[in-house]
Amino acid sequence: MRFRGRLVDVACIQHFTRVVSTISKLAKNYVLRITPDKLYFILNDSVTSGGISIWCEMIQANFFDEYNMDGVSAEFNEIYLDIIGENIMRALKSAQSAKSVKVKLTKKHTPCLTFDVQLPSLSVSSRNVVHDVPVNVIARRLWEDYQEPPMPEFDISIYMPPLRLLRNVIDRMKNLSSYVILSGNGNGEMNLSVETDMVSVTTHFRDLSNPTWNKDGELEESQYEISQDGQSQNFVSARIDIKKFSNFLIGQQMNPSKVICNIVHNKVIHFFLIQDDLSLQYFIPVISL
Amino acid sequence: MSLSTQQGDEDGQYVLIAKLDNARNMSNILKAIHFKEMATVFATANGIKVTVEDSKCIQANSFLQAGIFQEFILREESATFKIDITVLLECLNIFGSSTLPGATTALKMCYGGYGSPLILWLEEGGVLTDCTIKTLEPDEVLDFNFSSTNVINKIIMKSECLKEAFSELDMTSEVLEILMSPDKPYLRLSTFGNAGSTHADYPKDSDMVESFQCTQTQTNRYKLSLLKPSVKALTLSNKISIRTDCRGFLSLQYMIRNDDGQICFVEYYCSPDEELDENDDR
Repeated sequence: MRFRGRLVDVACIQHFTRVVSTISKLAKNYVLRITPDKLYFILNDSVTSGGISIWCEMIQANFFDEYNMDGVSAEFNEIYLDIIGENIMRALKSAQSAKSVKVKLTKKHTPCLTFDVQLPSLSVSSRNVVHDVPVNVIARRLWEDYQEPPMPEFDISIYMPPLRLLRNVIDRMKNLSSYVILSGNGNGEMNLSVETDMVSVTTHFRDLSNPTWNKDGELEESQYEISQDGQSQNFVSARIDIKKFSNFLIGQQMNPSKVICNIVHNKVIHFFLIQDDLSLQYFIPVISL
Repeated sequence: MSLSTQQGDEDGQYVLIAKLDNARNMSNILKAIHFKEMATVFATANGIKVTVEDSKCIQANSFLQAGIFQEFILREESATFKIDITVLLECLNIFGSSTLPGATTALKMCYGGYGSPLILWLEEGGVLTDCTIKTLEPDEVLDFNFSSTNVINKIIMKSECLKEAFSELDMTSEVLEILMSPDKPYLRLSTFGNAGSTHADYPKDSDMVESFQCTQTQTNRYKLSLLKPSVKALTLSNKISIRTDCRGFLSLQYMIRNDDGQICFVEYYCSPDEELDENDDR
């Protein structure tokens, strides 16, 4: 088992940091899956601890200048590591202004991801900061717990309004109630509502669009076509923990070109962030009354 | 704008209809008196008065005169109800309290009369929010019986010079002592805390003082914990009028200029801190 990678470009280092910090804000610890082409950040929370799932994938070639890996075996050429987000964030903090960052899987007294950060230096001698972040290597037989969650059979798929706007609204609603009902229809309309003994508040977003998905669960480009059948007017809704939603809105530091919200009526909400080559899926389960 | 799409005939059922192009004008004034959860709203043809009280010793009023609203209709002589002001403020700021130029929240507020909820429609950038806030049985508000004929000392000054003194008040002191006098030291604010006493003196001929009408020396103490919330009003205001009457009651009136240049008023009344053995026979 071997892994080493090198980030050189400042933009790449910052982009990578933003992705990691986004995930770290959503989950305390998560799984990093390393394959020859892609890196994945995975969280699969049990129902008792909130039931959140995250699936984030990025193409390594867009980040790393050098990238070498050998998995557990030739047949299963992958590595699964359990990491604590906070530790990895601390390591990346010193990489803010780095010239390059080497990431390496090492064996100290425990398996570690070693971040070797080369900082700019005025003299000939180089300045390096090395962080050893302890990790747990996940055994082959447990891998199946971390497979990509299937695309839910959603009732409604809708593009989200600008997240900044949404964040303001959710920030206020958070002070009123612990739950928010998110509903949407096939007519480009989305509502957020909270209800308490004292007040009920509903924010209506209109003129959004509904993406079209093909049979393989892939996004099709002709996304501005709004079906006009009677079905599209009906709202499907999901009641979720407002804190989890708010964490997602506040925590995400990527600049996604598209954010899609898929609602399975009274079951789950599936957020899908797409930024160029990068995608992040976030599942929030419904909390029923 | 979406707000205008609300049908006119639907409006007929409401006792009170008020429209505001910039909801911040209302939320700012309400923030100045937001030190308790519950507020009493009292609407007349002149506008809306919102009152918050604490401990039967302090009362704060915000006046939203009819003129600051783009439309103000009241179908009855008056309307009064109690409302959770914390919730009301959250609703008014639902689109965030940022001060981005050009992004203002339009507001339409309706009340259907005794027992009905207060309904707010807010709109910003094509996004609409509707809020239904329950109203409660109004409480009797205190009458401090503060009449201008009984006023002994009155000072009008720019708020600026008081802001610093008030924001740095020694909170370990139980009381704030206000001395107003026609002679030196004219206006003195004192606290008596764990670390010692502080005095802040203001001369009467400073540029900051606009009007100085003190007839006799008066020294009164007020519970600092009760007066502390008035800092919110002070920081928003341009001018302040400090008055005391013959019983030592304190009236603080704040002149607040909103984003659109309109003038609004907030006032605080506070009763003096009496010694326990004295009989309060007012």
